[in-house]
Amino acid sequence: MNPVLHSFLVIQGVLIGLMTLAGVLVWIERRLLAFFQDRLGPNRCGPFGFLIFVADGIKMVTKEDWIPPGADKPVFVLAPAIIVITALLGFAIIPVAPGILILDLNIGILFFLGVSSMGIYSTVLGGWASNNKYSLLGGLRMSAQMFSYEVFMGLALMGVVILSGSLNLREIVESQTGLWYVVPQFLGFLIFLFAGLAETHRLPFDMPEAESELVAGFHTEYSSMKFGMFFVGEYVGVTLISALIVTLFFGGWQGPVLPPIVWFLLKTMAFLLFFVLLRAAIPRPRFDQLLAWGWKYILPLALLNLVITGAVVLAQAN
Amino acid sequence: MLSNIRTLWLVFKHLFRKRVTVQYPEEKAYLAPRYRGRIVLTRDPDGGERCVACYLCAVACPVDCIALDSAEDETGRRYPGMFRINFSRCIYCGFCEEACPTYAIQLVPDVEMAEYNRQNMVYEKEHLLIDGQGKYHGYNYYKVAGLAIGGKGKGEARNEDPPVDPKSLF
Repeated sequence: MNPVLHSFLVIQGVLIGLMTLAGVLVWIERRLLAFFQDRLGPNRCGPFGFLIFVADGIKMVTKEDWIPPGADKPVFVLAPAIIVITALLGFAIIPVAPGILILDLNIGILFFLGVSSMGIYSTVLGGWASNNKYSLLGGLRMSAQMFSYEVFMGLALMGVVILSGSLNLREIVESQTGLWYVVPQFLGFLIFLFAGLAETHRLPFDMPEAESELVAGFHTEYSSMKFGMFFVGEYVGVTLISALIVTLFFGGWQGPVLPPIVWFLLKTMAFLLFFVLLRAAIPRPRFDQLLAWGWKYILPLALLNLVITGAVVLAQAN
Repeated sequence: MLSNIRTLWLVFKHLFRKRVTVQYPEEKAYLAPRYRGRIVLTRDPDGGERCVACYLCAVACPVDCIALDSAEDETGRRYPGMFRINFSRCIYCGFCEEACPTYAIQLVPDVEMAEYNRQNMVYEKEHLLIDGQGKYHGYNYYKVAGLAIGGKGKGEARNEDPPVDPKSLF
């Protein structure tokens, strides 16, 4: 096939797939949360309530698009765009299946780390530009949270990089043919899971939103589709983290019998459902506890993991 | 940490529990026979109105949602000429039912009274009056009261002795 056409189709497929998934995730999350709480959840709109996300979307679009007086208008408008753009950009490097890959980047992991750090600006700027004390507190929390969790997010991935000897995600997946990296890098996996949760500010690490403390945190003042963009950005971000966990630690598209793309989607979906379970089960920690864990326990653990992995690889090489 | 993992497992098990949701319009919740819902005016076994327009319900009502006026037919039987309950005010406390000396006003297990127009929540006598006896069967106030009305003289009520001539006591 024509390579230009091929990459065009892949990009379109990933984009449309992601946007649909972000919508469907709203439904999945609400129903699954309800199931965890012995309820039924939204089951009226369409078969099994599946079309609830369409109704949500229509509601979101038709709401009044309001900018609070005193807000920093350009920044206020820009903030929700950033989170969607960066979350979608992150998907450029995810190898969905052999040949279904937008960008075969030789510094894939670095690209992801950079792009995900950019995404944080969205919440921080949104909190700052809203001219609202709760938003500001949310934005502040986000920056502090990122500052501490970004550090070992990168460190946790370095173990995988050492083992595979590459920053390219496709090569990392291909090097997991025999053994998924979750076995030798279990600690790294856990740390990345924590960091990913904090990164996408999912519950239980949703301190920047913390609706029971900060009204709605950084997006308190956002309405209409601007709020919707934060929503979409969050779900795409969660999908990105799940896809990355699968790619880095669970062998990506690799698996028996079923075609690679099915394996990739199945594994990613499993992690998305796990995130919902986390949300249903674990209460939100105090903010200082979150930061203390980050610096006092997880960072040393990540360093330890890195040193041990390096030592073992070095010993095997000699 | 261990307790967190246990929490995850316990919450996960809830996936397979029985749902507590009652899917309302298709599936109705059980209302006990003595549930306090919509208010009705009942009739006695002979089909006459039980209400004697004594105003006790209107007095007992904490939110003043009952309005009525009394009338009297040619036989001396009292009845409400107009009886109006504003259900948009009613708090379904059941005090009117407790106050009623003739079992006329009763609360029945019906809660589906939603209206789009507030004025439709105001029920007049013809909406309130039912043909049956409600929760208390066989009770007929005028058949047990000592009052003489048309068709029933003194001493003719149920379990009532004929009137005593006071002079016979001397």
